[in-house]
Amino acid sequence: MSRERIPQWRPGYRFQWEPAQEAFVLLYPEGMVRLNEGAGMIGELIDGQRSVAQIVAALANEFPDEDIGGDVDDFMQVAHEKHWLHFA
Amino acid sequence: MKNTGSISPDTTRPGMPFWLLAELTYRCPLQCPYCSNPLDFAAQGKELTTDDWFRVLREARAMGAAQLGFSGGEPLVRQDLPELIGEARRLGFYTNLITSGIGLTEAKIADFRERGLDHIQISFQASDEDMNNLIAGSPKAFAQKLAMARMVKAQGYPMVLNFVTHRHNIDHIDRIIELCLALEADYVELATCQFYGWAHLNRLGLLPTREQLERAERITNEYRERLAREHHPCQLIFVTPDYYEERPKPCMSGWGSIFLTVTPDGTALPCHGARQLPIAFPNVREHSLQHIWYDSPGFNHFRGDGWMPEPCRSCDEKDKDFGGCRCQAFMLTGDASATDPVCAKSPRHDLILAARAEAETAMKRIDQLTFRNALNSRLIARVTPT
Repeated sequence: MSRERIPQWRPGYRFQWEPAQEAFVLLYPEGMVRLNEGAGMIGELIDGQRSVAQIVAALANEFPDEDIGGDVDDFMQVAHEKHWLHFA
Repeated sequence: MKNTGSISPDTTRPGMPFWLLAELTYRCPLQCPYCSNPLDFAAQGKELTTDDWFRVLREARAMGAAQLGFSGGEPLVRQDLPELIGEARRLGFYTNLITSGIGLTEAKIADFRERGLDHIQISFQASDEDMNNLIAGSPKAFAQKLAMARMVKAQGYPMVLNFVTHRHNIDHIDRIIELCLALEADYVELATCQFYGWAHLNRLGLLPTREQLERAERITNEYRERLAREHHPCQLIFVTPDYYEERPKPCMSGWGSIFLTVTPDGTALPCHGARQLPIAFPNVREHSLQHIWYDSPGFNHFRGDGWMPEPCRSCDEKDKDFGGCRCQAFMLTGDASATDPVCAKSPRHDLILAARAEAETAMKRIDQLTFRNALNSRLIARVTPT
């Protein structure tokens, strides 16, 4: 999967911080998924502008010791399979 | 980060009411004979005011509610629906409008969008005009629904289409799915009738046979496989009637676990069917939602497993299905604490077997069902005093 692609949440899907759950969630028609910390950090960077490569670079700055690229690729693959997002 | 997360209920204390179902009104222009509203809806008290609802929304949101359904009756009947949508979105809810589509217009769809409505669910009664209108009790319903479904998509909303299926329309499941795909639905709920409220009254004329059900499920699975191969975004949700199961459904994910319903007159319920139970439920006019959810006797009545009789109490599946549905147990056995008769271990499973047998030979036509309207509601309330 190319890192040049630009992820965008599916129309009608909303990513937001839930204070009561102390977590980011993805809200969609009649449903919700609570994202873990890592997925939440990736989700925060999905804005329809940044490419996957730019998201990886932004996170790599914050966490230089971790394999951020692999984690972001995994997230993108799962999120795409589940139709949470599409690529522009 | 392999695991992207999920909702994991915490069983040690009541969780948050993630889902608030706001039943704004019992008024409805349609008369579907499987309506889940109470039989005596016409005898219910005054509707909550706009300010009452604002307070309910605020309190629920502060307690962690994230999903909000505007339902009814037909929620479009409420003149303050636009204000309620705006306030709900401002508070951070994901706002779902659950509607028959009757009363919807292009201008309203646009206005709701501007105020922050996230999603519109439209219910259909059948895939063809004649049967749809016969079941809905309205000659123009189908054409209006089609027009509004197209408009909802054109204006950029995600859309769920809901079809309640039963013995008179379930054999058209392929045409139903084709219609939904043509309308570009994001989700399709193929919900086999659940037997509460008016549907329970009309069960003989609604419950499909096992053969009908198995065929519908097979066809749905074929479509699912096709859609998955095409990476098609439409998701088909098939709800089986628990009458053909050997274990009960985990009703509402457990009593007072994640769902909170507020009815038109302010009565708060752990599910929209619970009003019929012989339990006193609190009213939002008298109590805060905090008290209602965590402390009220009504919401604590069937929490946990202390209330369970045998065979549930010693059953190794009790954490999976929570003893099934309390409303169903009450409707079928007269005892709200009984094991759900759907369970093959229930001493009253014979009631379910008899209903299945009845479905094999039932002859009731659609026009012989008792339609959900104020006249029938008053008549029923008169002969069965509560």
